[in-house]
Amino acid sequence: MRLTTYVYIALAALAVLAPLIGLYPVFVMKLLCFAIFACAFNLLLGYTGLLSFGHAAYFGAAAYTTGYLVKTLHWTPEVAILGGMALAAFSGLIVGAMAIRRQGIYFAMITLALAQMLYFVCLQLKLTGGEDGLQGVPRGNLFGMLSLSNDTTMYYFVLALFVTVFLLIRRIVHSPFGQILKAIRENEPRAVSLGYDVERYKLLAFVLSTTLAGLAGSLKTLVFGFATLSDVHWSMSGEVILMTLLGGVGTFFGPVLGAGIVVALQDNLADKVGSWVSVIIGAIFVVCVMAFRRGLVGEAQAFFGRKKKTA
Amino acid sequence: MNANDPILETLNLVKEFKGFVAVNGVSLKLKRGSIHALIGPNGAGKTTVFNLLTKFLAPSSGMIFFNGVDITGERPAQTARRGIVRSFQISAVFPHMSVLENVRVALQRRLGNSYRFWQPENSLLQLNEHAMALLADVGLETFADTLTVELPYGRKRALELATTLATEPELMLLDEPTQGMGHEDVHRVTEMIRKAAVNRTILMVEHNMSVVSSIADTITVMQRGSVIAEGSYAEVSANPQVIEAYMGTTDTALQGAH
Repeated sequence: MRLTTYVYIALAALAVLAPLIGLYPVFVMKLLCFAIFACAFNLLLGYTGLLSFGHAAYFGAAAYTTGYLVKTLHWTPEVAILGGMALAAFSGLIVGAMAIRRQGIYFAMITLALAQMLYFVCLQLKLTGGEDGLQGVPRGNLFGMLSLSNDTTMYYFVLALFVTVFLLIRRIVHSPFGQILKAIRENEPRAVSLGYDVERYKLLAFVLSTTLAGLAGSLKTLVFGFATLSDVHWSMSGEVILMTLLGGVGTFFGPVLGAGIVVALQDNLADKVGSWVSVIIGAIFVVCVMAFRRGLVGEAQAFFGRKKKTA
Repeated sequence: MNANDPILETLNLVKEFKGFVAVNGVSLKLKRGSIHALIGPNGAGKTTVFNLLTKFLAPSSGMIFFNGVDITGERPAQTARRGIVRSFQISAVFPHMSVLENVRVALQRRLGNSYRFWQPENSLLQLNEHAMALLADVGLETFADTLTVELPYGRKRALELATTLATEPELMLLDEPTQGMGHEDVHRVTEMIRKAAVNRTILMVEHNMSVVSSIADTITVMQRGSVIAEGSYAEVSANPQVIEAYMGTTDTALQGAH
């Protein structure tokens, strides 16, 4: 596991130095927002075993909320982010309460259906700006003092939140609660027979995941200054699944890597090949599912794990 | 509560699946502190009774009382917390957790920190000592750090027993605890059950008649969803209806393994 430590140190150094070595901060911020989103999703799929097909709803709901709170009500960004997360948590609680008793495909379908409802609400409401979305959302001043309009300042703010989320998810997985989640994933009837109300544990995991997905959406609005229908669109739900599976579901770093690859491909290819970018990402996904089921990080872990065993 | 009152009582328990009656009017009384065996040919409804008692299935009609309290409408986890803990026909372990962690999951409930997602995992270390003691009781102390999936079958069943005992159940339900085991494992598990039965009530489904005859105080025989006999091994094995259920004829006496 020494190797992992070195990789983390190198990545941390790269993240801290990114603005100084000429990496475009908005690109890295976008990457980090989607990394938070994918990590939140992975908490649910990888560590709870629930496939939500509507996670864009929480990402998007928080994106709109934060946009509205900052633009129209002139809240400071940190409170507006908390507002977005609170709404994501609340909608997660409602949707989760309805869906959590269902298994597998039924759970996925309910989450998808409810997310689609939210999409049409966002399309019709005046509050969300309909087809235009919310444009020109200012970043404001952090705690009313520190201006975030500077990209470098904003970058370090996003980076700090990403690191917090990353460590928080590690903590959740390695907590007394995480132990019970693992037990439920391993053998649900046995966990029930030991006296655990498994639905409540799943629901808490679901709400934690939607809350963090909300954080990702709120940050995205502040970074780009807009919240639009594409934030609540079902293809956004698909994208986060893709990122998680590509990087490695049930690994800590996989979703981050997956988000990095997808965002990098989208940004670099979009102006060269246009909408073919979806085809390329789709092809990569097919290859990933056929050849490396565990995702990139999962396969790497399996490879080094085998090497360690034979050595 | 009187010590002579039954710990568990069912009244006319019925479970119907679409057009098929799996359990038909079963009334059981479990004596506190006894080992009670539930036997019968395949498809007699024994496992369905287990699922009804532990709430994994809801009865079509009938009632269940535990220590005099009506628990018919409770959720399975609630029933487990009352002190009715079951094992499963296929060994129920958490395969990708260590042997020690398996037992710790059961102990963790009493610690009351199972929803604390912000607490570090080492808050569970305080349970290790207790978990090791439970593992020692079933001869698994040297396997504490082994990944459970790597244990041989018989050891998995021993682990399952240790995990069940960790919850300190008042009533323990064992579904075929010796199923699929070699002769030596059967003997060891039988001794473990005997030891576990001190200060506890056990209801077990078991096919191995030598196990049943050696440890069960009372035996209930089921056939096609109904109880056809109840009593000690001597009484039950002499019952012509029982012999017929097992052998299809009254000529042979009920002997040995099934």
